[in-house]
Amino acid sequence: MTSTHTIHLSVNGQARQCAVAPRQHLVDFLREDLGLTGSHLGCEHGVCGACSVRLDGQVVRGCLVLAVQADGRSVETVEGLTDGGTVRDLQDAFVARNALQCGYCTPGMLMAAAELLHAQPNASREDVRVWMSGNYCRCTGYQAIVDAVCDVLSSRKAAEVSSSLKLAALQQAVTQQGKTA
Amino acid sequence: MNSPDRVPRDLQSVTADPRYIGASVSRPGAQRLVEGRGTYVDDIKLPRMAHVVYWRSPVAHCRITAIDRSACEKMPGVIAVIDGAQVAALCKPWVATLGHLAGMKSAPQHAMALVRACWQGEPVVAVVAETRVQAEDALQHLQVDWEFLPAAVDMETALDAATPLIHPELGDNLCFTRTLDTGGVDAAFASAAVVCEATFNFGRHTGVTLEPRCQIADWNAGDQRLTVYHSQQAPHMMQDLYARQFSLSESAVRVICKDVGGSFGIKVHAYPDDFATVALSMLLKRPVKFVADRLESFTSDIHAREHRIKGRIAASKDGDILAFEIDDLTGIGPYSMFPRTSAIEGNQVVNLTGGPYQHQQYRANLKVVFLNKTPTCQYRGVGHPIACAVTEGLVDLAANKLGLDPLAFRKRNVIRDDAYPAVGASGIKLEVLSHEACLRKIELLMDYPALRAEQAACKARGLYRGIGFATLIELTNPGAAFYGVGGARIAAQDGATARLEPSGAVTVMVSVGEQGQGSEGIFAQIAADAVGVSMKLVRVVTGDTDVTPYGGGTWASRGAGIGGEAVLQAGLALQANILKVAAAILNRDSAALAVRRDEVVDASTFESLMPLSELGRVAYFRPDTLPAGFTPELMVTRHYAQRDYPFIFTNGVQASYVEVDTDTGFVKLLKHWAVEDCGRVINPMLVDEQIRGAIVQGIGGALYEECLYDASGQLLNGSMADYLVPMSGEMPDIEVAHVQTPTASSQLGAKGAGEAGTAGAPAAVMNAINDALLPLNAAVFSQPFTPEKILRALGRVS
Repeated sequence: MTSTHTIHLSVNGQARQCAVAPRQHLVDFLREDLGLTGSHLGCEHGVCGACSVRLDGQVVRGCLVLAVQADGRSVETVEGLTDGGTVRDLQDAFVARNALQCGYCTPGMLMAAAELLHAQPNASREDVRVWMSGNYCRCTGYQAIVDAVCDVLSSRKAAEVSSSLKLAALQQAVTQQGKTA
Repeated sequence: MNSPDRVPRDLQSVTADPRYIGASVSRPGAQRLVEGRGTYVDDIKLPRMAHVVYWRSPVAHCRITAIDRSACEKMPGVIAVIDGAQVAALCKPWVATLGHLAGMKSAPQHAMALVRACWQGEPVVAVVAETRVQAEDALQHLQVDWEFLPAAVDMETALDAATPLIHPELGDNLCFTRTLDTGGVDAAFASAAVVCEATFNFGRHTGVTLEPRCQIADWNAGDQRLTVYHSQQAPHMMQDLYARQFSLSESAVRVICKDVGGSFGIKVHAYPDDFATVALSMLLKRPVKFVADRLESFTSDIHAREHRIKGRIAASKDGDILAFEIDDLTGIGPYSMFPRTSAIEGNQVVNLTGGPYQHQQYRANLKVVFLNKTPTCQYRGVGHPIACAVTEGLVDLAANKLGLDPLAFRKRNVIRDDAYPAVGASGIKLEVLSHEACLRKIELLMDYPALRAEQAACKARGLYRGIGFATLIELTNPGAAFYGVGGARIAAQDGATARLEPSGAVTVMVSVGEQGQGSEGIFAQIAADAVGVSMKLVRVVTGDTDVTPYGGGTWASRGAGIGGEAVLQAGLALQANILKVAAAILNRDSAALAVRRDEVVDASTFESLMPLSELGRVAYFRPDTLPAGFTPELMVTRHYAQRDYPFIFTNGVQASYVEVDTDTGFVKLLKHWAVEDCGRVINPMLVDEQIRGAIVQGIGGALYEECLYDASGQLLNGSMADYLVPMSGEMPDIEVAHVQTPTASSQLGAKGAGEAGTAGAPAAVMNAINDALLPLNAAVFSQPFTPEKILRALGRVS
């Protein structure tokens, strides 16, 4: 069990070259070798979702994927999501709604919710409840998490509408300018 | 005390310039956690840190005959393989009993089994290695020989002569028994127009904290001092226990609790492997980390709630409840759990059954029996969900038999809001409750008549929907009556230290910690209002016995009521001292000054006189400018213990609306309501979220969760895939409303709010299911209410 494989991968946008044991799980590699402790271990058999990370953009259970499987691929953890600012609105909504108590499930919840926002921008409250059912939370009773995700669904939709309205207004202005000229 | 004419329309504020107490502000710590920047125990790495894994008993009861370590010790990275005798040389055994539980007994327990292992999951051998992976690898090469011993696994037969004695020296398998009898029970039942009875079963379940139990023990041989990083709710309790079991001074033990990934009572106990890990660090003179894996969590975290209760209720023809009677049998582990004991849960059931009601007659018999199963102890709600389900199940049976509406029947029978202080039939002292106000409020909240009409309309379409109520009382803000009087060294008081920093910021150190409830958030709110500063200037520090005042920590819904009052008093005292310094600097009378919004102001005109940053600069860096003999005291400590009552009870009512599929036995939760009275609400958002989370944990026990054992005492479902907990898809939206009746036992007036949700939810769901099944003449009383049990009740399967 002492033999290692060298893997080349991108972690939160940074190129890494690391020697890993073939049996090491991705989440153990991230936590122990890279110090990315934002992903948590709850069950180590793919049920609870606390170790969820992105692998080539898709959410995977970090305890069901081996580090060697990430060779040549791109991994994103909650630390990367935070620094990238792409889920800032979601994180703010979680804080505003108190959609976390102990915070242990939260990085995994954010991964799942961010994927939902992308995949189903028109999701209903019921859709949100069903989608988020792959992640355990023992503290909140889920309602605040569902509220937070719904808040972001509607605020992103509103932003989209307002930006398309702005675009339309801009196009109209340009057209009118063209006419006057 | 809180009759309608005396209920304050608007609560009087506790501070002069209230900005945060009572407001739904976000918790300061939440931002860190959503960014994945928390520090849970497993995130911590110390120099020379080793990792331990435990070989645990694979069966319910066995004799250890030989331990062969030779192959294990040769595995890469192995530092030591240690058995129970080596640990016992350092760590004294304990007997977990409480003096005020008369006749209670238990056997001496060691940190690791010596000769016999008494439950599947008891630690027997420790394997310590450089890494966790190496320790787990080496464990596979440890050879432990053992032989089966007969086990006691069924509580119904635990006291039979044919059942093996777990500890022969105790004489039987009985841990504790208690009888309570008001004297007129038989006469009340004889005179009753209506008598109903049922047998209620409660499945053994556990807390499933998402972060498992974990600790790092770090014995520094150089300064003879132990530091333990612990995922724990009661750091000072653990400090005391480590000191006593290892014969150290308290000052030689430091317990640090950083972020805790869920606790719910699971992390308020002293586990055998806690002590074993400390012993390993002392033996090896280096830090040792233990993190339970999920199977270990299921077999070694405390279990709770395994009860069988035969209950009876008597009522008059007019609809007055006359008496309750219960016979409670509960199965615990082979040892009573240290140090809070495994008898408290049953004792609570006896104290709480019938709690909301006016009846005068009550009889209870309790038997707590030892089993070769995982030890049990206090888990969120502690006895309340059981007492409430029995009481409310019987109340519905009586209402049905009398032909009365269940809500009207409750309104008729609850203790009147103007009757306090009152004493319940079990002898519990009730300071001030608001059952009537809560029942009125929930009726409006759920639009009860419309919901009944909807239920009837659904019935006409062949849909079986039900509405269930649960009134409840919850024990909070305990005094020393819980543990101290029984000899357990668990503080009933808590303390807060408030310090003005030179910049005008305020640091508050509190003995009650944070496990996600928002304790640190509400302490910041209280301190900000009490001192007169912005919340962003307040930093709260908890979870370090070297730093905070001494205190009890988090349990029995005491964080806000006890810890919050200590913070309020410390904040007010700091403000008074700030004003003395201001008076000295400004040469004015301190009584004519006030602190408002980070500044010292004139108390009558509110004219700004000096920012706190200037006051801090002078006090700390230019004391030469202050009058001779005057010393600024800008750090103060205050403590609070609730001493007016054994406990401060809260109350509330919940309602559940469900649909039962009579073909599959599945229960769909449509909606849930809760009205509760935790006194002064410090942060409505946090209180609502405590209640919702607690309700969902209660629903877990009612519908899904059970630790299933086979006849030999093997746990059958020790994984998250097999042990079901509530997920977001099955949970209903939960509406929460409040009635606020402050306790007069503190200036803050806050009571606890963390457990009432769990107390009432199972009863409300049970009554809703049975309301749905009523037209089919079926009922269920055995939790969890699985589809199979419902189909059996319906006669659809045999």
